[in-house]
Amino acid sequence: MSPDPLLSAPLLSARGLSVRLGRVAALDGVDVDLWPGEVLAVVGESGSGKTTLLNTLFGTQCPDRGVVRYRDPDGRVHDVHRMSRPMLRTLHRSDWGFVYQEPRQALRMAVSAGGNVGERLMAPGINSAGARHYGRIREAAIAWLREVEIDPTRIDDLPRTFSGGMLQRLQIARTLVTHPRLVFMDEPTGGLDVSVQARLLDLIRTLVARLRIAVVLVTHDIAVARLLADRMLVMQAGRVVETGLTDQVLDDPQEPYTQLLVSSVLLA
Amino acid sequence: MNGYNFAYLDEQTKRMVRRALLKAVAVPGHQVPFGSREMPLPYGWGTGGIQVTASILGPDDVLKVIDQGADDTTNAVSIRRFFARTAGVATTTRTVEASVIQSRHRIPETALREGQIVVYQVPLPEPLARLEPSRAAAREMHAMADYGLMHVKLYEDIARLGHVSISFDYPVMVNGRYLMAPSPIPAFDNPKLDMSPALHLFGAGREKRIYAVPPYTEVRSLAFDDHPFRLIRAPHACALCGARTSYLDEIVTDDQGGRMFVCSDTDYCAEQRGKRTAA
Repeated sequence: MSPDPLLSAPLLSARGLSVRLGRVAALDGVDVDLWPGEVLAVVGESGSGKTTLLNTLFGTQCPDRGVVRYRDPDGRVHDVHRMSRPMLRTLHRSDWGFVYQEPRQALRMAVSAGGNVGERLMAPGINSAGARHYGRIREAAIAWLREVEIDPTRIDDLPRTFSGGMLQRLQIARTLVTHPRLVFMDEPTGGLDVSVQARLLDLIRTLVARLRIAVVLVTHDIAVARLLADRMLVMQAGRVVETGLTDQVLDDPQEPYTQLLVSSVLLA
Repeated sequence: MNGYNFAYLDEQTKRMVRRALLKAVAVPGHQVPFGSREMPLPYGWGTGGIQVTASILGPDDVLKVIDQGADDTTNAVSIRRFFARTAGVATTTRTVEASVIQSRHRIPETALREGQIVVYQVPLPEPLARLEPSRAAAREMHAMADYGLMHVKLYEDIARLGHVSISFDYPVMVNGRYLMAPSPIPAFDNPKLDMSPALHLFGAGREKRIYAVPPYTEVRSLAFDDHPFRLIRAPHACALCGARTSYLDEIVTDDQGGRMFVCSDTDYCAEQRGKRTAA
Protein backbone atom coordinates (compact mmCIF):
# COMPACT_ATOMS: atom_id res chain seq x y z
CA MET A 1 0.00 0.00 0.00
CA SER A 2 1.41 3.35 -0.93
CA PRO A 3 1.47 5.92 1.85
CA ASP A 4 -1.14 8.69 1.83
CA PRO A 5 0.60 11.62 0.11
CA LEU A 6 -1.16 13.99 2.51
CA LEU A 7 0.42 12.24 5.46
CA SER A 8 3.88 11.87 4.00
CA ALA A 9 4.17 15.56 3.12
CA PRO A 10 4.45 18.30 5.71
CA LEU A 11 1.30 20.29 6.48
CA LEU A 12 3.34 23.40 7.14
CA SER A 13 6.88 24.07 6.07
CA ALA A 14 8.96 27.17 6.74
CA ARG A 15 12.41 27.89 5.36
CA GLY A 16 14.92 30.55 6.36
CA LEU A 17 12.53 32.77 8.32
CA SER A 18 14.13 36.02 9.39
CA VAL A 19 12.38 38.88 11.10
CA ARG A 20 14.06 42.01 12.41
CA LEU A 21 12.17 44.11 14.91
CA GLY A 22 14.14 47.33 14.93
CA ARG A 23 17.73 46.39 15.69
CA VAL A 24 16.82 43.06 17.21
CA ALA A 25 16.88 39.90 15.11
CA ALA A 26 13.68 38.31 16.44
CA LEU A 27 14.04 35.40 14.03
CA ASP A 28 17.25 34.47 12.31
CA GLY A 29 17.06 31.78 9.63
CA VAL A 30 14.49 29.49 11.23
CA ASP A 31 13.30 26.30 9.49
CA VAL A 32 10.19 24.50 10.67
CA ASP A 33 8.36 21.43 9.37
CA LEU A 34 5.10 20.20 10.75
CA TRP A 35 3.40 16.97 9.74
CA PRO A 36 -0.36 16.32 9.98
CA GLY A 37 -1.48 15.34 13.47
CA GLU A 38 1.85 16.28 15.04
CA VAL A 39 2.27 18.46 18.12
CA LEU A 40 5.34 20.64 17.95
CA ALA A 41 6.38 22.60 21.03
CA VAL A 42 8.44 25.76 20.68
CA VAL A 43 10.24 26.45 23.94
CA GLY A 44 12.69 29.08 25.03
CA GLU A 45 12.89 31.97 27.46
CA SER A 46 11.09 35.28 27.07
CA GLY A 47 12.39 37.26 24.11
CA SER A 48 13.81 34.24 22.30
CA GLY A 49 11.44 34.76 19.35
CA LYS A 50 8.81 32.11 20.13
CA THR A 51 5.81 34.37 19.66
CA THR A 52 7.31 36.05 16.60
CA LEU A 53 7.78 32.61 15.08
CA LEU A 54 4.18 31.69 15.88
CA ASN A 55 2.83 34.90 14.34
CA THR A 56 5.03 34.47 11.28
CA LEU A 57 3.85 30.92 10.72
CA PHE A 58 0.25 32.06 11.26
CA GLY A 59 0.67 34.73 8.58
CA THR A 60 0.04 37.80 10.74
CA GLN A 61 3.72 38.78 10.91
CA CYS A 62 5.48 39.24 7.60
CA PRO A 63 9.05 37.86 7.50
CA ASP A 64 11.91 39.92 6.04
CA ARG A 65 13.25 36.77 4.42
CA GLY A 66 12.03 33.23 4.12
CA VAL A 67 8.84 31.51 3.16
CA VAL A 68 6.00 29.64 4.88
CA ARG A 69 4.27 27.00 2.79
CA TYR A 70 0.98 25.39 3.72
CA ARG A 71 -0.65 22.35 2.14
CA ASP A 72 -4.45 22.65 1.95
CA PRO A 73 -6.84 19.69 2.30
CA ASP A 74 -6.83 19.23 -1.50
CA GLY A 75 -3.05 18.87 -1.51
CA ARG A 76 -2.32 22.27 -3.05
CA VAL A 77 0.60 24.20 -1.60
CA HIS A 78 0.20 27.91 -0.74
CA ASP A 79 2.73 30.53 0.24
CA VAL A 80 1.07 31.87 3.39
CA HIS A 81 2.48 35.38 2.99
CA ARG A 82 1.45 35.66 -0.65
CA MET A 83 -2.14 34.55 -0.19
CA SER A 84 -4.84 37.15 -0.75
CA ARG A 85 -6.18 38.58 2.48
CA PRO A 86 -9.69 37.14 2.11
CA MET A 87 -8.12 33.71 1.51
CA LEU A 88 -5.89 34.01 4.55
CA ARG A 89 -8.84 35.21 6.61
CA THR A 90 -10.91 32.23 5.54
CA LEU A 91 -7.98 29.91 6.25
CA HIS A 92 -7.61 31.39 9.74
CA ARG A 93 -11.20 30.56 10.49
CA SER A 94 -11.61 27.19 8.83
CA ASP A 95 -8.60 24.91 8.44
CA TRP A 96 -6.50 26.79 11.00
CA GLY A 97 -7.11 28.09 14.47
CA PHE A 98 -5.35 30.21 17.07
CA VAL A 99 -5.67 29.79 20.82
CA TYR A 100 -4.49 32.84 22.75
CA GLN A 101 -3.10 32.85 26.23
CA GLU A 102 -5.73 35.40 27.17
CA PRO A 103 -9.16 34.04 26.15
CA ARG A 104 -10.71 37.51 26.36
CA GLN A 105 -8.62 38.44 23.34
CA ALA A 106 -10.43 35.90 21.18
CA LEU A 107 -13.88 35.71 22.75
CA ARG A 108 -16.67 38.21 22.32
CA MET A 109 -17.48 39.00 25.90
CA ALA A 110 -20.87 40.55 25.09
CA VAL A 111 -22.01 37.50 23.13
CA SER A 112 -23.32 34.29 24.75
CA ALA A 113 -21.20 31.13 24.92
CA GLY A 114 -23.27 29.57 22.13
CA GLY A 115 -22.81 32.61 19.89
CA ASN A 116 -19.08 32.51 20.51
CA VAL A 117 -18.82 28.86 19.55
CA GLY A 118 -21.10 29.32 16.54
CA GLU A 119 -19.38 32.42 15.15
CA ARG A 120 -16.90 30.56 12.97
CA LEU A 121 -19.76 28.55 11.50
CA MET A 122 -21.58 31.73 10.52
CA ALA A 123 -18.55 33.32 8.86
CA PRO A 124 -18.48 33.36 5.07
CA GLY A 125 -16.35 30.94 3.10
CA ILE A 126 -16.98 28.24 5.69
CA ASN A 127 -18.59 25.90 3.26
CA SER A 128 -20.48 23.62 5.58
CA ALA A 129 -24.14 22.75 5.19
CA GLY A 130 -26.38 24.64 7.56
CA ALA A 131 -24.05 27.60 8.00
CA ARG A 132 -27.16 29.76 8.05
CA HIS A 133 -29.28 27.32 9.99
CA TYR A 134 -29.91 28.41 13.57
CA GLY A 135 -30.89 24.97 14.83
CA ARG A 136 -27.80 23.28 13.46
CA ILE A 137 -25.45 26.01 14.72
CA ARG A 138 -26.97 25.56 18.16
CA GLU A 139 -26.59 21.78 17.99
CA ALA A 140 -22.93 22.19 17.08
CA ALA A 141 -22.45 24.67 19.93
CA ILE A 142 -24.02 22.29 22.46
CA ALA A 143 -21.92 19.38 21.19
CA TRP A 144 -18.74 21.42 21.49
CA LEU A 145 -19.54 22.73 24.94
CA ARG A 146 -19.94 19.09 26.02
CA GLU A 147 -16.67 18.25 24.31
CA VAL A 148 -14.78 20.83 26.38
CA GLU A 149 -16.63 19.88 29.57
CA ILE A 150 -18.77 22.99 29.90
CA ASP A 151 -22.33 22.36 31.10
CA PRO A 152 -24.50 22.80 27.95
CA THR A 153 -27.21 24.52 30.02
CA ARG A 154 -24.85 27.50 30.16
CA ILE A 155 -25.03 27.95 26.40
CA ASP A 156 -26.90 31.27 26.70
CA ASP A 157 -24.73 32.67 29.49
CA LEU A 158 -22.28 35.46 28.84
CA PRO A 159 -18.58 34.57 29.04
CA ARG A 160 -18.06 37.09 31.79
CA THR A 161 -19.90 34.75 34.16
CA PHE A 162 -17.32 32.02 33.39
CA SER A 163 -14.17 31.20 35.35
CA GLY A 164 -10.70 31.54 33.80
CA GLY A 165 -10.41 27.83 33.04
CA MET A 166 -13.89 27.75 31.51
CA LEU A 167 -13.08 30.75 29.34
CA GLN A 168 -10.01 28.97 28.01
CA ARG A 169 -12.06 25.85 27.27
CA LEU A 170 -14.69 28.00 25.58
CA GLN A 171 -11.98 29.50 23.40
CA ILE A 172 -10.85 26.00 22.45
CA ALA A 173 -14.42 24.97 21.56
CA ARG A 174 -14.81 28.12 19.47
CA THR A 175 -11.59 27.34 17.61
CA LEU A 176 -12.20 23.64 17.00
CA VAL A 177 -15.82 23.95 15.86
CA THR A 178 -14.76 24.08 12.19
CA HIS A 179 -12.51 20.99 12.61
CA PRO A 180 -9.23 22.71 11.80
CA ARG A 181 -6.25 20.56 10.87
CA LEU A 182 -3.74 22.97 12.35
CA VAL A 183 -4.02 24.97 15.56
CA PHE A 184 -1.53 27.51 16.88
CA MET A 185 -1.42 27.87 20.65
CA ASP A 186 0.33 30.66 22.49
CA GLU A 187 0.85 29.63 26.13
CA PRO A 188 -2.66 28.15 26.38
CA THR A 189 -2.27 27.28 30.05
CA GLY A 190 -0.49 30.44 31.16
CA GLY A 191 -2.23 32.41 33.89
CA LEU A 192 -4.25 29.47 35.19
CA ASP A 193 -3.78 27.84 38.55
CA VAL A 194 -2.09 24.45 38.64
CA SER A 195 -5.10 22.16 39.05
CA VAL A 196 -7.03 23.97 36.30
CA GLN A 197 -3.90 23.80 34.14
CA ALA A 198 -3.69 20.03 34.57
CA ARG A 199 -7.33 19.57 33.59
CA LEU A 200 -6.94 21.81 30.55
CA LEU A 201 -3.78 20.03 29.42
CA ASP A 202 -5.58 16.73 29.72
CA LEU A 203 -8.44 18.08 27.62
CA ILE A 204 -6.14 19.47 24.93
CA ARG A 205 -4.21 16.20 24.77
CA THR A 206 -7.38 14.14 24.41
CA LEU A 207 -8.91 16.38 21.74
CA VAL A 208 -5.72 16.72 19.73
CA ALA A 209 -5.11 12.98 19.71
CA ARG A 210 -8.69 12.06 18.87
CA LEU A 211 -9.20 14.68 16.14
CA ARG A 212 -5.65 14.31 14.80
CA ILE A 213 -5.00 18.03 14.92
CA ALA A 214 -1.52 19.34 14.25
CA VAL A 215 -0.47 21.89 16.85
CA VAL A 216 2.28 24.47 17.08
CA LEU A 217 2.49 25.11 20.79
CA VAL A 218 4.47 28.00 22.20
CA THR A 219 5.33 27.64 25.85
CA HIS A 220 8.03 28.47 28.34
CA ASP A 221 6.81 25.64 30.54
CA ILE A 222 8.89 22.53 29.85
CA ALA A 223 6.34 20.36 31.69
CA VAL A 224 3.59 21.43 29.29
CA ALA A 225 5.82 20.59 26.34
CA ARG A 226 6.65 17.16 27.77
CA LEU A 227 2.99 16.37 28.31
CA LEU A 228 1.66 17.48 24.93
CA ALA A 229 4.38 17.60 22.33
CA ASP A 230 5.71 14.92 20.01
CA ARG A 231 8.58 17.06 18.87
CA MET A 232 10.34 20.06 20.30
CA LEU A 233 12.16 23.07 19.05
CA VAL A 234 14.37 25.02 21.44
CA MET A 235 14.90 28.68 20.61
CA GLN A 236 17.47 31.15 21.81
CA ALA A 237 17.93 34.70 20.51
CA GLY A 238 15.93 34.10 17.35
CA ARG A 239 17.66 30.85 16.38
CA VAL A 240 16.69 27.23 16.75
CA VAL A 241 19.43 25.75 18.92
CA GLU A 242 18.09 22.25 19.25
CA THR A 243 15.31 20.18 17.79
CA GLY A 244 14.15 16.59 18.12
CA LEU A 245 11.67 14.25 19.74
CA THR A 246 10.44 15.68 23.03
CA ASP A 247 11.74 12.88 25.23
CA GLN A 248 15.05 12.88 23.45
CA VAL A 249 15.57 16.62 23.89
CA LEU A 250 14.44 16.68 27.49
CA ASP A 251 16.20 13.51 28.65
CA ASP A 252 19.41 13.98 26.75
CA PRO A 253 19.85 17.68 25.92
CA GLN A 254 22.90 18.31 23.75
CA GLU A 255 23.21 22.08 23.70
CA PRO A 256 24.34 23.98 26.79
CA TYR A 257 21.32 26.28 26.58
CA THR A 258 18.88 23.33 26.45
CA GLN A 259 20.70 21.73 29.38
CA LEU A 260 20.26 24.96 31.31
CA LEU A 261 16.54 25.13 30.44
CA VAL A 262 15.91 21.53 31.45
CA SER A 263 17.88 21.82 34.68
CA SER A 264 15.96 24.98 35.65
CA VAL A 265 12.66 23.10 35.94
CA LEU A 266 11.46 22.95 39.52
CA LEU A 267 10.48 19.54 40.72
CA ALA A 268 7.54 19.35 43.08
CA MET B 1 -35.36 83.20 -4.19
CA ASN B 2 -32.75 85.93 -4.39
CA GLY B 3 -29.20 85.31 -3.24
CA TYR B 4 -29.40 81.54 -3.46
CA ASN B 5 -28.54 79.08 -6.16
CA PHE B 6 -31.29 76.80 -7.49
CA ALA B 7 -32.16 74.33 -4.70
CA TYR B 8 -29.86 76.11 -2.21
CA LEU B 9 -26.60 74.17 -2.81
CA ASP B 10 -23.97 75.66 -5.14
CA GLU B 11 -23.31 73.86 -8.42
CA GLN B 12 -19.84 72.59 -7.45
CA THR B 13 -21.24 70.91 -4.36
CA LYS B 14 -24.04 69.36 -6.40
CA ARG B 15 -21.51 67.96 -8.85
CA MET B 16 -19.55 66.43 -5.99
CA VAL B 17 -22.70 64.88 -4.53
CA ARG B 18 -23.80 63.61 -7.96
CA ARG B 19 -20.42 61.96 -8.48
CA ALA B 20 -20.85 60.16 -5.17
CA LEU B 21 -24.39 59.22 -6.22
CA LEU B 22 -23.22 57.76 -9.53
CA LYS B 23 -20.63 55.68 -7.76
CA ALA B 24 -23.20 54.57 -5.19
CA VAL B 25 -25.58 53.47 -7.94
CA ALA B 26 -22.76 51.63 -9.71
CA VAL B 27 -21.86 49.71 -6.53
CA PRO B 28 -25.25 48.96 -4.93
CA GLY B 29 -25.24 49.04 -1.14
CA HIS B 30 -21.67 50.34 -0.88
CA GLN B 31 -21.17 53.45 1.27
CA VAL B 32 -19.50 56.22 -0.70
CA PRO B 33 -17.91 59.07 1.28
CA PHE B 34 -18.85 62.61 0.27
CA GLY B 35 -18.06 66.09 1.50
CA SER B 36 -21.19 66.80 3.47
CA ARG B 37 -21.94 70.54 3.77
CA GLU B 38 -23.36 72.64 6.56
CA MET B 39 -27.07 72.90 5.93
CA PRO B 40 -29.53 75.35 7.47
CA LEU B 41 -30.87 72.66 9.82
CA PRO B 42 -29.25 70.54 12.52
CA TYR B 43 -27.70 67.13 12.03
CA GLY B 44 -30.29 64.47 12.62
CA TRP B 45 -33.02 66.47 10.94
CA GLY B 46 -32.22 65.25 7.46
CA THR B 47 -29.10 67.08 6.28
CA GLY B 48 -27.96 64.06 4.22
CA GLY B 49 -31.33 63.62 2.56
CA ILE B 50 -31.64 67.34 1.81
CA GLN B 51 -28.24 67.45 0.10
CA VAL B 52 -29.11 64.45 -2.07
CA THR B 53 -32.50 65.94 -2.96
CA ALA B 54 -30.92 69.33 -3.75
CA SER B 55 -28.41 67.67 -6.05
CA ILE B 56 -30.92 65.68 -8.10
CA LEU B 57 -33.79 68.15 -8.21
CA GLY B 58 -34.66 69.73 -11.57
CA PRO B 59 -37.21 72.50 -12.27
CA ASP B 60 -39.76 69.98 -13.59
CA ASP B 61 -39.65 67.67 -10.61
CA VAL B 62 -42.56 67.20 -8.26
CA LEU B 63 -41.43 66.78 -4.67
CA LYS B 64 -43.07 64.89 -1.83
CA VAL B 65 -41.58 64.87 1.66
CA ILE B 66 -42.64 62.47 4.38
CA ASP B 67 -41.63 62.12 8.00
CA GLN B 68 -42.84 59.06 9.95
CA GLY B 69 -45.04 58.32 6.94
CA ALA B 70 -46.90 61.62 7.30
CA ASP B 71 -46.87 64.61 4.97
CA ASP B 72 -48.04 67.05 7.63
CA THR B 73 -45.43 66.68 10.37
CA THR B 74 -43.07 69.56 11.19
CA ASN B 75 -40.00 68.24 9.45
CA ALA B 76 -41.90 67.19 6.32
CA VAL B 77 -43.60 70.59 6.06
CA SER B 78 -40.34 72.53 6.57
CA ILE B 79 -38.31 70.57 4.07
CA ARG B 80 -41.08 70.73 1.48
CA ARG B 81 -41.36 74.49 1.95
CA PHE B 82 -37.56 74.83 1.87
CA PHE B 83 -37.40 73.36 -1.64
CA ALA B 84 -40.56 75.16 -2.79
CA ARG B 85 -38.80 78.43 -1.90
CA THR B 86 -35.21 77.70 -2.96
CA ALA B 87 -35.97 75.68 -6.11
CA GLY B 88 -39.49 76.74 -6.93
CA VAL B 89 -40.44 73.15 -7.68
CA ALA B 90 -43.97 71.83 -7.49
CA THR B 91 -44.77 69.90 -4.35
CA THR B 92 -47.34 67.28 -3.62
CA THR B 93 -48.49 64.95 -0.89
CA ARG B 94 -49.59 62.28 -3.36
CA THR B 95 -47.18 59.41 -3.93
CA VAL B 96 -48.36 58.75 -7.48
CA GLU B 97 -47.75 62.35 -8.57
CA ALA B 98 -44.26 62.73 -7.08
CA SER B 99 -41.05 62.25 -9.06
CA VAL B 100 -38.79 62.72 -6.02
CA ILE B 101 -39.85 61.55 -2.55
CA GLN B 102 -37.68 62.49 0.41
CA SER B 103 -38.46 60.22 3.30
CA ARG B 104 -37.66 59.47 6.88
CA HIS B 105 -38.79 56.19 8.47
CA ARG B 106 -41.07 54.94 5.71
CA ILE B 107 -41.44 53.76 2.14
CA PRO B 108 -44.89 54.77 0.83
CA GLU B 109 -47.57 52.07 0.83
CA THR B 110 -48.55 52.92 -2.73
CA ALA B 111 -46.40 50.88 -5.09
CA LEU B 112 -43.56 52.89 -6.57
CA ARG B 113 -43.02 53.00 -10.31
CA GLU B 114 -40.12 53.41 -12.72
CA GLY B 115 -38.70 56.91 -12.85
CA GLN B 116 -39.46 57.74 -9.23
CA ILE B 117 -36.61 58.44 -6.81
CA VAL B 118 -36.85 57.93 -3.06
CA VAL B 119 -34.30 59.86 -0.97
CA TYR B 120 -33.73 58.64 2.59
CA GLN B 121 -32.38 60.59 5.54
CA VAL B 122 -29.96 58.24 7.25
CA PRO B 123 -28.70 58.70 10.81
CA LEU B 124 -26.36 55.66 10.95
CA PRO B 125 -25.20 54.35 7.57
CA GLU B 126 -22.93 51.65 9.00
CA PRO B 127 -24.94 48.47 9.70
CA LEU B 128 -22.03 47.03 11.69
CA ALA B 129 -21.62 50.13 13.88
CA ARG B 130 -23.21 48.64 16.97
CA LEU B 131 -21.28 45.38 16.62
CA GLU B 132 -17.84 46.55 15.53
CA PRO B 133 -16.72 49.78 17.18
CA SER B 134 -13.76 50.31 14.83
CA ARG B 135 -14.71 52.01 11.60
CA ALA B 136 -11.57 50.63 9.91
CA ALA B 137 -12.39 47.07 10.95
CA ALA B 138 -15.96 47.48 9.70
CA ARG B 139 -14.70 48.68 6.31
CA GLU B 140 -12.44 45.66 6.08
CA MET B 141 -15.40 43.42 6.79
CA HIS B 142 -17.30 45.12 3.95
CA ALA B 143 -14.33 44.75 1.62
CA MET B 144 -14.20 41.02 2.30
CA ALA B 145 -17.99 40.58 2.45
CA ASP B 146 -17.38 39.16 5.91
CA TYR B 147 -20.74 39.50 7.63
CA GLY B 148 -20.63 36.58 10.06
CA LEU B 149 -20.78 39.05 12.93
CA MET B 150 -24.23 40.25 11.87
CA HIS B 151 -25.45 36.66 11.98
CA VAL B 152 -23.99 36.35 15.47
CA LYS B 153 -26.23 39.26 16.46
CA LEU B 154 -29.28 37.53 14.92
CA TYR B 155 -28.25 34.29 16.68
CA GLU B 156 -28.11 36.13 20.01
CA ASP B 157 -31.58 37.59 19.48
CA ILE B 158 -33.11 34.21 18.70
CA ALA B 159 -31.28 32.53 21.59
CA ARG B 160 -32.49 35.15 24.08
CA LEU B 161 -35.91 36.14 22.77
CA GLY B 162 -36.92 33.38 20.38
CA HIS B 163 -37.03 35.77 17.43
CA VAL B 164 -35.00 38.52 15.81
CA SER B 165 -35.74 41.64 17.80
CA ILE B 166 -34.77 44.23 15.19
CA SER B 167 -37.95 46.10 14.26
CA PHE B 168 -36.42 48.93 12.25
CA ASP B 169 -33.21 49.47 10.28
CA TYR B 170 -33.24 45.70 9.73
CA PRO B 171 -29.98 44.81 7.91
CA VAL B 172 -30.23 43.72 4.28
CA MET B 173 -27.88 42.21 1.70
CA VAL B 174 -27.92 44.25 -1.49
CA ASN B 175 -27.26 42.50 -4.78
CA GLY B 176 -25.79 39.57 -2.84
CA ARG B 177 -22.71 41.59 -1.97
CA TYR B 178 -22.97 44.46 0.51
CA LEU B 179 -24.62 44.54 3.89
CA MET B 180 -26.69 47.71 4.12
CA ALA B 181 -28.61 49.61 6.79
CA PRO B 182 -31.89 50.54 5.11
CA SER B 183 -32.15 53.64 7.39
CA PRO B 184 -34.75 53.57 10.16
CA ILE B 185 -37.58 52.23 8.02
CA PRO B 186 -39.58 49.51 9.77
CA ALA B 187 -38.61 45.94 8.88
CA PHE B 188 -42.15 45.89 7.44
CA ASP B 189 -40.91 48.06 4.55
CA ASN B 190 -37.81 45.97 3.72
CA PRO B 191 -39.56 43.80 1.09
CA LYS B 192 -40.57 46.97 -0.79
CA LEU B 193 -36.88 47.59 -1.57
CA ASP B 194 -36.46 44.20 -3.22
CA MET B 195 -36.67 44.47 -7.03
CA SER B 196 -38.24 47.89 -6.66
CA PRO B 197 -38.73 49.71 -10.01
CA ALA B 198 -37.77 53.01 -8.31
CA LEU B 199 -34.30 54.33 -7.51
CA HIS B 200 -33.48 54.53 -3.80
CA LEU B 201 -30.80 56.98 -2.61
CA PHE B 202 -29.55 57.17 0.97
CA GLY B 203 -27.80 60.23 2.39
CA ALA B 204 -26.15 60.45 5.80
CA GLY B 205 -25.12 64.07 6.46
CA ARG B 206 -23.31 63.79 9.75
CA GLU B 207 -21.59 60.52 8.82
CA LYS B 208 -20.84 61.85 5.31
CA ARG B 209 -21.89 58.75 3.41
CA ILE B 210 -24.10 58.13 0.40
CA TYR B 211 -25.35 54.77 -0.80
CA ALA B 212 -27.99 53.52 -3.18
CA VAL B 213 -30.23 50.71 -4.32
CA PRO B 214 -30.72 50.98 -8.10
CA PRO B 215 -34.00 49.88 -9.71
CA TYR B 216 -34.62 46.14 -9.91
CA THR B 217 -31.91 45.17 -7.46
CA GLU B 218 -32.18 42.17 -5.17
CA VAL B 219 -32.50 43.26 -1.53
CA ARG B 220 -32.68 40.40 0.93
CA SER B 221 -33.27 40.75 4.67
CA LEU B 222 -30.80 38.71 6.69
CA ALA B 223 -32.21 35.59 8.33
CA PHE B 224 -31.52 31.97 9.16
CA ASP B 225 -32.88 29.14 7.02
CA ASP B 226 -34.97 27.89 9.94
CA HIS B 227 -35.85 31.38 11.20
CA PRO B 228 -36.93 33.21 8.05
CA PHE B 229 -37.51 36.96 7.94
CA ARG B 230 -41.05 37.82 9.02
CA LEU B 231 -43.05 40.99 8.66
CA ILE B 232 -44.17 42.57 11.91
CA ARG B 233 -47.40 44.54 11.82
CA ALA B 234 -49.88 45.52 14.52
CA PRO B 235 -52.79 43.04 14.17
CA HIS B 236 -55.47 45.66 13.63
CA ALA B 237 -57.30 47.47 10.88
CA CYS B 238 -56.75 51.20 10.39
CA ALA B 239 -59.34 53.06 12.51
CA LEU B 240 -59.77 55.68 9.78
CA CYS B 241 -59.69 53.82 6.47
CA GLY B 242 -60.02 50.18 7.54
CA ALA B 243 -56.87 49.04 5.72
CA ARG B 244 -55.64 45.67 6.94
CA THR B 245 -52.35 45.50 5.06
CA SER B 246 -50.78 48.89 5.76
CA TYR B 247 -48.25 49.72 8.48
CA LEU B 248 -50.00 51.16 11.55
CA ASP B 249 -49.14 53.76 14.15
CA GLU B 250 -50.54 53.39 17.64
CA ILE B 251 -52.02 56.65 18.91
CA VAL B 252 -52.90 57.17 22.55
CA THR B 253 -56.16 59.10 22.68
CA ASP B 254 -56.73 59.69 26.42
CA ASP B 255 -55.34 58.78 29.80
CA GLN B 256 -57.90 56.00 30.33
CA GLY B 257 -56.01 53.50 28.18
CA GLY B 258 -57.81 54.58 25.02
CA ARG B 259 -55.83 54.16 21.83
CA MET B 260 -56.33 53.74 18.15
CA PHE B 261 -54.35 52.29 15.27
CA VAL B 262 -54.12 54.33 12.10
CA CYS B 263 -52.10 54.10 8.88
CA SER B 264 -48.71 55.71 9.28
CA ASP B 265 -48.80 56.66 5.58
CA THR B 266 -51.24 59.61 5.60
CA ASP B 267 -51.47 59.83 1.80
CA TYR B 268 -52.36 56.15 1.49
CA CYS B 269 -54.95 56.47 4.27
CA ALA B 270 -56.62 59.45 2.61
CA GLU B 271 -56.70 57.58 -0.68
CA GLN B 272 -58.36 54.54 0.94
CA ARG B 273 -60.94 56.74 2.60
CA GLY B 274 -61.61 58.44 -0.75
CA LYS B 275 -62.21 55.05 -2.36
CA ARG B 276 -64.62 54.10 0.42
CA THR B 277 -66.73 57.25 0.07
CA ALA B 278 -66.77 56.86 -3.71
CA ALA B 279 -67.98 53.26 -3.44
